[in-house]
Amino acid sequence: MGTGAADPAAQLLRTPLYAEHVKLGAKMVPFAGYEMPVQYPLGVLKEHLWTREKAGLFDVSHMGQAALFGPNHDATAAALEALVPGDLLGLQPGRIRYTQLLTDDGGIIDDLMVTRAAGGADDGRLMLVVNASRKAIDYAHIEARLGLPFKLEIAPDRALLALQGPLAERVLAKHCPEAAALAFMAATRAEFDGIECHVSRSGYTGEDGFEISVAETAVATVWQTLTADADVQPIGLGARDSLRLEAGLCLYGHDIDETTSPVEAALTWSIGKRRRVEGGFPGHARIAREIADGPARKRVGIRPEGRQPAREGTVIQDAGGREIGRITSGGFGPSANAPVAMGYVEIGHAAVGTSVGLIVRDKRLAASVTDPTFVPHHYKK
Amino acid sequence: MTKRYTKDHEWVEVDGDVATIGITEHAQEQLGDVVFVELPSVGKQVSRGGAAAVVESVKAASDVYAPLTGEVVAVNDAIVADPAKVNQDAESGAWFMKVKLADKGELDGLMDKAGYDAFVAGS
Repeated sequence: MGTGAADPAAQLLRTPLYAEHVKLGAKMVPFAGYEMPVQYPLGVLKEHLWTREKAGLFDVSHMGQAALFGPNHDATAAALEALVPGDLLGLQPGRIRYTQLLTDDGGIIDDLMVTRAAGGADDGRLMLVVNASRKAIDYAHIEARLGLPFKLEIAPDRALLALQGPLAERVLAKHCPEAAALAFMAATRAEFDGIECHVSRSGYTGEDGFEISVAETAVATVWQTLTADADVQPIGLGARDSLRLEAGLCLYGHDIDETTSPVEAALTWSIGKRRRVEGGFPGHARIAREIADGPARKRVGIRPEGRQPAREGTVIQDAGGREIGRITSGGFGPSANAPVAMGYVEIGHAAVGTSVGLIVRDKRLAASVTDPTFVPHHYKK
Repeated sequence: MTKRYTKDHEWVEVDGDVATIGITEHAQEQLGDVVFVELPSVGKQVSRGGAAAVVESVKAASDVYAPLTGEVVAVNDAIVADPAKVNQDAESGAWFMKVKLADKGELDGLMDKAGYDAFVAGS
């Protein structure tokens, strides 16, 4: 199963929790330039189900954390709005927006979370969380496009944890009572047993949960405290992937990239109404046209009949056997207890319920187009 | 009966001229939670080194290769109905197929337990 290549581990980075993962018996794999836990001894299937039933703890310190500073919120928001289609001017203090950095022709450079600092002395500061595999590209892009008086400050000394699942609130509130009061897509400065942190009510699993940004020197304490809770298990990248796939959430480099627009990717909901009309972001002409006339292709959910998973790259055919698209993420959904996938199809075949064929191991598997949300979201209301 | 092993992590147990074939304990550990198994039809001719079955875990799909040439005379439908059995009982109850051997001489190319353990330790 090896590739025969020279040991790639030599150049891999480690998060501040590397020793904790090894101590817990994690299987470590290369991911986005980091040596990351793909699973712990519990295994992908049980880790996945645990997160949906109780609370799963993820080390996501490989992700990029940065802050964009400007003279005040309106100025900083307007500056970043020149790069993304999300409504940032309308973002209230302590609220989070999901949006995308776009190329000049409307392709997705990266998708990211933007948080407006809660206010006071922090006014004019937008905090960014970007994908590990894209952070160098994102930072260079933002710095090239935004000059003075705006300043991008990268925070490589911050670690990031995600605590996800129906018991996440109860578990976190024992150490950080402020967390329980947060609304979905809201964030605040807080303390975890006296340790300075920044807590967001957000995540990548479809469940209620939190992301906790904390200094790399303090993260092991937070990690150990949370993993000591009987309702918490550490969860690896394997289950992170199956959880987000069942929830219909995109993975950069697979479901979205510089060739896909947010409209094609079924992310139109994240484009502010004012922004659709006013524009002022890269690729507005294409995106406005795609919203008005429909895109040529669209990201949809794909549900294979039977039990066999269809993986990334699988050809999708129409009833007549013509290729109409490809699967971009696919596998087995432990909570759906069925194979689940997403991919792009020509717009004429994108309606929910459309019958399609999947070419798996030279055989045609029957499948149907569905909503990509295979497991209903349980976000905090 | 003694088991023999392949470098593709299958085990073989021979009774007369029929070989029972499955995947090893090491293989199931590497795969993780098995969620799908596809077996050949009874009567199918398989040849040594050719893909004969499919096993898929949450994360990955793998071919199971025929370690020996012959005709499939039985398959284990229980692991199709409940693929998790492959994780629970890989080297016994979760066998994949029984093959009537065309050439028992092919058995000489397989490893014994000590040889396989050394192969796994060194890979």
